[in-house]
Amino acid sequence: MAKVLMKGNEALAESAMRAGCRFFSGYPITPQSEILEYMSWRMPEYNGECIQTESEVAGINMLFGAAAAGARALTTSSGPGFSLKQEGISYLAADDIPAVIVDVMRIGSGLGDVFQGQGDYWQLTRGGGHGDYRTVVFAPAGVQENADIAYAAFDVAEKYRHPVIIASDAAIGQMAEAVELPERKEHDIGTGGWELKSRKNGEEQRHIVNVYYHMGADRYPTFLLDKYRRMTAEQQRWECLRTADAEIILVAYGISSRVCKQAVKDGRAEGLKLGLIRPITLWPFPSRAFEKSGPQVKGFLSVEMNILGQMTDDIILATGGRYPVKYYGEFANVPDAGVCVERAEAFLREIRGKI
Amino acid sequence: MTLRKPCTIKDVHTGWCQGCGHGIVVRCIAEAAEQLGVSDRIVAVMDVACGAFIESTVTYNYLGAAHGRPIIAAAGVKRVLKDDVVIAHAGDGSAYAIGIESTIHAALRNENILALVVNNCVFGMTGGQMSPTSIIGQRTTSSPSGRSAVRDGSPFDVVKTLRHFDIAYLSRGSVDSPQEVERTQSMIKKALQKQLDKEGFCLVEVLSPCPTNWGTTPLNSLKKLREEIKPLFPVGEYIDKGGQPV
Repeated sequence: MAKVLMKGNEALAESAMRAGCRFFSGYPITPQSEILEYMSWRMPEYNGECIQTESEVAGINMLFGAAAAGARALTTSSGPGFSLKQEGISYLAADDIPAVIVDVMRIGSGLGDVFQGQGDYWQLTRGGGHGDYRTVVFAPAGVQENADIAYAAFDVAEKYRHPVIIASDAAIGQMAEAVELPERKEHDIGTGGWELKSRKNGEEQRHIVNVYYHMGADRYPTFLLDKYRRMTAEQQRWECLRTADAEIILVAYGISSRVCKQAVKDGRAEGLKLGLIRPITLWPFPSRAFEKSGPQVKGFLSVEMNILGQMTDDIILATGGRYPVKYYGEFANVPDAGVCVERAEAFLREIRGKI
Repeated sequence: MTLRKPCTIKDVHTGWCQGCGHGIVVRCIAEAAEQLGVSDRIVAVMDVACGAFIESTVTYNYLGAAHGRPIIAAAGVKRVLKDDVVIAHAGDGSAYAIGIESTIHAALRNENILALVVNNCVFGMTGGQMSPTSIIGQRTTSSPSGRSAVRDGSPFDVVKTLRHFDIAYLSRGSVDSPQEVERTQSMIKKALQKQLDKEGFCLVEVLSPCPTNWGTTPLNSLKKLREEIKPLFPVGEYIDKGGQPV
């Protein structure tokens, strides 16, 4: 299929509908409003439902009903609005209801600002709502990946009967790139054997509530542990770039990883052996990518668009604390490739100085 | 005259306290659906708290929504299951406090569902705290000296709020006498027929006693409902559009 030029937000929306998404409920917030806008004219052409709800709380809870009824359902937001969706995400996880939620990240706490950011990492990867859950979190790094991941996310959600989150950011959402869109497919809403519907003669009663109510406190922990074990084992996704001989490995996802690819190239031109691990899933964190790190690796430098270096915790966990880990955090700006190289160089000097 | 259990009601003990009105409301829904021949088309969306005891009582399928979210979740269900009869079952705390935003906007969008609100003027399950419909002077565990209009505001009246909305149906019934129960049942039946006719949003509020949290006996709570609650929240039909299909 021919490539088309599309904004990241719009490619995600179109691709979700091509995956069979026929329900969208959302609320305007920069930098994700294009998804709502695109859905508002495009969804009727797919004979689906697009509703601009009164709030993000309503958006996620309306999705809760639609997804429980078996529709491939999507809701999207950013920072402040994504926080409001946490109630519903916790209920989706508790009730075993598959759905896809998008956070087009902006910067800062509270209102923050509309620029690209990666400050929702902790909220995304630790289960942003109350209780004992996590969700698979995908981090696309461009418009093509926005489309590819939006297309695949529903399958992952249904495989585990669990909410899936796509975490892009303002840069990816707003930029336009050439993209090859996937083929349109239809999703049959009644085939999972669990969906909410009216009960006909002779059918078992279906009640979709917290799974724990069905199983009881004895069986529920085993069920839940198994579900997370399977997701952790099967869903780690990442990309490695020149890590085989790298001394400093940059770790970055989303738009930051695009900059890091340039930094690897620039650094190596100066004789600095840089590599890159790009997590494509933030949870489960791709620990397996780190297990392969050879003895030549001196340290890991996380490159993120936040001030506190949120991903460093996971790098330390993934490497078992065997390597020094530092971060280069940008606020309001996309990280700079030149600064990446400088920080990596200084980091290497510091490590060597200690040896 | 022979009384018969509707087909969607299970022959089990319920979780409700003696004198509670919830069970009567559930029977009204079941009878109305049976009379319309749609018992096998009901999908219910429940709230948490006392209303959630319906779960053990009915044979139809249902979804358990978060507190305050059955109306918005039911709207989501109906947008997908267009041929099913979708009922959101809420209490006054759910529909008028935490969920008021969605009650109003579901009405604004004229969502084609029945919002059934059991109004007992109190948060029942959590132990009897003040709700938006607690009446002036009503002593609750969170208004021990009685509800004060100055401190807590006047009681919420859904009729005052929604009566000029462009919705299919708005009514208030009660369960304090057999006549009122019959009238409530016919209101629910009318609302379900409107959903079948795709007229849009229907809200039926049902005044219901809560002897446990009103601190009185079942019999006295009916008296209180008749003498103190009903004059403030008059029963009747307030919107009956017979309007255009959505």
